[in-house]
Amino acid sequence: MPETADQLQPLIEVEGLHAYYGEAHVLHGVGLKICKGEVVTLLGRNGAGKTTTLKSIMGMIGQRRGAIRFRGVETIAMKCNRIARLGIAFCPEERGIFSSLTVEENLYLPPVIAEGGLTIDELYDLFPNLSERRHTRQGTRLSGGEQQMLAIARILRSGARVLLLDEPTEGLAPVIVEQIGKVIEQLKNRGFTVLLVEQNFHFASRLADRNYVMEDGRIVEMVDRSELEEKEALLQEYLGV
Amino acid sequence: MIFDLPLSYLGLQLLIGLQNGAFYALLSLGLAVIFGMLNVINFAHGAQYMMGAFLTWMLLDWVGVSYWWSLLLVPLALGAFGILIERALLRWLYDLDHLYGLLLTFGLVLIIEGVFVESFGASGLPYNKPDLLAGAQRIPLGALTGNEKDVMMMPVYRLWIIGVSLAICLATWFGIEKTRLGSYLRAATENPMLVRAFGINVPVMIMLTYAFGTALAGFTGVLAAGLQAVTPHMGANLIIVVFAVVVIGGMGSIMGSVLTGFALGLVEAFVRIAYPEASNIVIFVIMIVVLLVRPAGLFGREA
Repeated sequence: MPETADQLQPLIEVEGLHAYYGEAHVLHGVGLKICKGEVVTLLGRNGAGKTTTLKSIMGMIGQRRGAIRFRGVETIAMKCNRIARLGIAFCPEERGIFSSLTVEENLYLPPVIAEGGLTIDELYDLFPNLSERRHTRQGTRLSGGEQQMLAIARILRSGARVLLLDEPTEGLAPVIVEQIGKVIEQLKNRGFTVLLVEQNFHFASRLADRNYVMEDGRIVEMVDRSELEEKEALLQEYLGV
Repeated sequence: MIFDLPLSYLGLQLLIGLQNGAFYALLSLGLAVIFGMLNVINFAHGAQYMMGAFLTWMLLDWVGVSYWWSLLLVPLALGAFGILIERALLRWLYDLDHLYGLLLTFGLVLIIEGVFVESFGASGLPYNKPDLLAGAQRIPLGALTGNEKDVMMMPVYRLWIIGVSLAICLATWFGIEKTRLGSYLRAATENPMLVRAFGINVPVMIMLTYAFGTALAGFTGVLAAGLQAVTPHMGANLIIVVFAVVVIGGMGSIMGSVLTGFALGLVEAFVRIAYPEASNIVIFVIMIVVLLVRPAGLFGREA
């Protein structure tokens, strides 16, 4: 398929997505589109449904309905491990570093599902701290920032080209946030597609091609990079910043 | 002479202790692996061990399949049985409290043992172990006692059990702690959903883990067939002690269950030498003390 046609058809297309945790109805018809090579953010307050949206795309929420198409393929009824094999990778908010695995085992954990992932050397270039601490016996002995880098690094090895990152800067020192921002920029330059959930609006807006704003389980606004200034007041109202 | 007992007698008691410990280690290892992945306390472990012993007997008595082939075929058969149980019954219980898995597998024990008692009676069936493993090994003790005539007769079959059990335990430990597949297992024990999100088919891994656990029980059953009469209740008698071993060692630690198994077999042997009347209860006494002092077990992670 030529590049232009690829760009016209969204890579991920979510329509009328509903999700439930038991009795609780959390998403009420979410709709969004992400094109190849874009960095798109999901903004919103706590409990707006951002994480649930990511997890639904990844297939980690059992009760979901609506449509989620990846490269035109409907994934709403697929199991999580099959969706991952299509080339989508997820980095959870709590980072999900395994304490019974060494740093290196954590890094090698996600199996390679396609060609084109970063090599170990490239990863250690991108995250020099990890190289120094590769032999740490327990992944969870790393600092919060190092754990976050490990959580991102390990999904870059797998060859997945779409990354779902859930609040990668939460609770981290500004210098680390800066470093993660640079990494995301580099990933964009390498052609990765990123859906980023963020509370930190200033961090997110600098990176994003487009921003979706969520409230009460719905998308309430879409702000293009070019409209950031004119809609800033509106965004502040939604996000309460 | 220790306690006025000859060294050859002491040596034999310790050997028997180690061999009992090998059974404790193999069975508690299987329980620990299953509990770690499935969150199920596999009460049917003893019955599966008994099935392994019966299958070994059947293979030789009915179709003339040798002990050596049984070592391979019986674990495979029990593994297949495990897959059946997991797919049909256990997988519906993972999200529920441990108690449900315990009750379900306890029900399985009653059914399985009932079927075997009905078919074979409760008295034991004899199994002829291969000639290669029969008899005893002479071990001269002259160098230790100064008397050239002192020797110890070590039953070869018990030595074999200790050796092969150690090998299986170490291989299992290596597989889980040091390999790529083992890292999937450890990770899935911590956070199965995230491991699935990496594209790993965790439900299949869980199924194969249960199959591996039951295969280990079956393998231990093959070893037991050559040592004692094969009876429908042989598993029930042993599994109670093994559960105590697991409580002492702590659930979920691979090396912990292996070390605890061998160590408690030895402790039992020492008590049998020093104060035989207490040898049947010493493990339970230790269990009570451990529960009071360190409820998560010696190697267990504090919950």
